[in-house]
Amino acid sequence: MLEINNLHCELEEDTDVKILKGLSLTINPGEVHAIMGPNGSGKSTLSYVLSGRDGYEVTEGSATLEGADLLEMEPEERAAAGLFLAFQYPVEIPGVGNMTFLRTAVNSQRKARGEDELSAGEFLKLVRAKAKELQIDADMLKRPVNVGFSGGEKKRNEILQMAMLEPKMCILDETDSGLDVDAMKLVSDGVNALRDAGRSFLVITHYQRLLNHIKPDVVHIMSEGRIIKTGGPELALEVEENGYGDLLAEAQS
Amino acid sequence: MMPRAKLAQQKRDAVSALLDGRSLPAGGAWATKARKAAEARLRDMGLPVRRDEYWRYTDPRRLTEATVQPGQLHPQGDDAPVFDAIDRVKLVFVDGVFDPAASDAPELAGVEITPLAEAARTDLHWARDLYGTLEARSQNPVQRPLASLNTSYATEGMLIRVTGVAARPVALIYQRKNEAAEAMTHHLIRLEQGAELTILEDGPVAARYNQVMEVDLGEGAVLNHVRTQGRDHERAGVTHLFAQLDAQAQLKSFTLSANGALTRNEAVIWLDGADGAAHIAGATVGDGAFHHDDTVFINHAAPRCDSRQVFKKVLRHGAVGVFQGKILVDQVAQLTDGYQISQSLLLDENAQFLAKPELEIYADDVKCSHGSTSGEIDQSQLFYLRARGLPEDQAKLLLVLAFLSEALEEIADPALADDLRDKMEAWLKRRG
Ligand SMILES: Nc1ncnc2c1ncn2[C@@H]1O[C@H](COP(=O)(O)OP(=O)(O)OP(=O)(O)O)[C@@H](O)[C@H]1O
Ligand SMILES: [Mg+2]
Repeated sequence: MLEINNLHCELEEDTDVKILKGLSLTINPGEVHAIMGPNGSGKSTLSYVLSGRDGYEVTEGSATLEGADLLEMEPEERAAAGLFLAFQYPVEIPGVGNMTFLRTAVNSQRKARGEDELSAGEFLKLVRAKAKELQIDADMLKRPVNVGFSGGEKKRNEILQMAMLEPKMCILDETDSGLDVDAMKLVSDGVNALRDAGRSFLVITHYQRLLNHIKPDVVHIMSEGRIIKTGGPELALEVEENGYGDLLAEAQS
Repeated sequence: MMPRAKLAQQKRDAVSALLDGRSLPAGGAWATKARKAAEARLRDMGLPVRRDEYWRYTDPRRLTEATVQPGQLHPQGDDAPVFDAIDRVKLVFVDGVFDPAASDAPELAGVEITPLAEAARTDLHWARDLYGTLEARSQNPVQRPLASLNTSYATEGMLIRVTGVAARPVALIYQRKNEAAEAMTHHLIRLEQGAELTILEDGPVAARYNQVMEVDLGEGAVLNHVRTQGRDHERAGVTHLFAQLDAQAQLKSFTLSANGALTRNEAVIWLDGADGAAHIAGATVGDGAFHHDDTVFINHAAPRCDSRQVFKKVLRHGAVGVFQGKILVDQVAQLTDGYQISQSLLLDENAQFLAKPELEIYADDVKCSHGSTSGEIDQSQLFYLRARGLPEDQAKLLLVLAFLSEALEEIADPALADDLRDKMEAWLKRRG
């Protein structure tokens, strides 16, 4: 599904700042991978480079989604190709209603893929059902995108977007941070409901707790722009208990 | 630097030259009296020049020069006119001249509608008391000679007196048929105690136009004014909205502007009675050789009044936006709530926004705020939308509309607001 090979990137405005330094990763259809790693190791940067945010220059390596070169595409083309990023910090957009935003997003992607747009009625029915599962009330749907939402509400709104867009490759950047216990359960249920043989997930998190709900197939440890260790779910437990100290030392030796 | 006296003399000479060979329109006794008084004011003030502090950001020459620069006529095309879906009494002006044959019968319960040309010949007391009165009142502390020019020479306009709650809006529709026509209209609107009216204005008016609207709101009266200034790019115009509000009266005025080589919209409001409210708002879309100036002066002269000024401008390709806004709070105007915001979204490096927000407060217990910003499209918002699949153009359009929406929210009637939002979206889409 997603194949990243020896990816290097630096900041466009300051090319001395190298962030990704040879990152490789392969996620097969249906798999859930988790990435853990210290603050500043480049996890969010990886998610931005994959989704096409300006400001990063890829100097080496490749990233493909189902064989298609992601790095050559505009952000909207990547979205239409099935890539989805649940942002670590969802953006507030005053003046744009959440519903308008969702409908425009769904229909833009359908149009880009040559599918028929959803009618107003079909869309409404769908969004109501999905919002209900995530306990997002009608008021939140009417308000401007993320404006005045609590931290947890913003994260649930990200998952709602994911549920509506039905992407193939979902990247969740610290979707668990700022969530209370119940919200964590809601969000995880939302994610698990989407798990499917044709859909893959890359879950970036600092806490093993989320991985109790969303069970990963593979866990990667990232440090200074590359993957330093890959293992099964037990790797997350190890980090939870001992921190990154031993793993980092091991990687350096 | 030219000495003051010399500049003043030059300005007066310019008026004399402009008025040379013209004589005041013939009319009834009251109109002639008002016109003469206005002309005397005008001769005394002289024509405005760029060196006047009040015209610092906008060059008035095109509004004052002897010849009118012609402007191409643009066909309506397939566009539905603005407000087309709104059931309204239509009063049509062609090149600034009222055309009764093209208009609806001016019949609406609780509303008296009389063309200025006709009224000047009759003894309409309320009109006599209002015509030129607010224009004269507005001449201090800042001079507005172009409004005096209008009072003295306008022969066209509508006099509208409302005694009840008008069931439908009254629409003033300005059509153009002549490439080089100049239009001067002077409207009077008087709402008696508790009366309510919505007044709509739209159309390109004329190659050059000078419009005045004097509004007198009785106790508890409610006036909604929604105006669009669109199409025909090469027009130049100045408008003055003068309004005085008695206790508990409410005025909401909104203007949507697109195109126009030069537009200066002035609003001067007096909150004379306690608990009044005046909301003046505008959304402007400027592309290319476009200069748009909103100049607003709000006088709080009574306690507990509320005023809002909300102006949003989207500019690109050399377009210039100007905002001058002042809130003046008199010593007696305790518990005033005054809000003013002017913002521009600059879509490229050639666009320019010039703002001069002012507060002058003599009461001690008031809440007043003002802010002015100038910015570009927010890149993180743009990326967020694109990451969800919106093509760049569409994402930008959505953000531009979102930026303008705070001004549109000032429109009282949601049907009108939706109509204008659709219109604006169509304009923006067509321009790409
Ligand atoms: N646009 C930018 N400008 C300057 N520095 C940047 C930028 N983007 C990333 N960085 C730097 O690159 C490094 C990696 O940042 P990134 O946000 O990817 O880390 P992270 O692993 O997601 O951290 P966290 O766990 O705190 O979210 C950091 O040192 C960060 O300061
Ligand atoms: Mg991060």
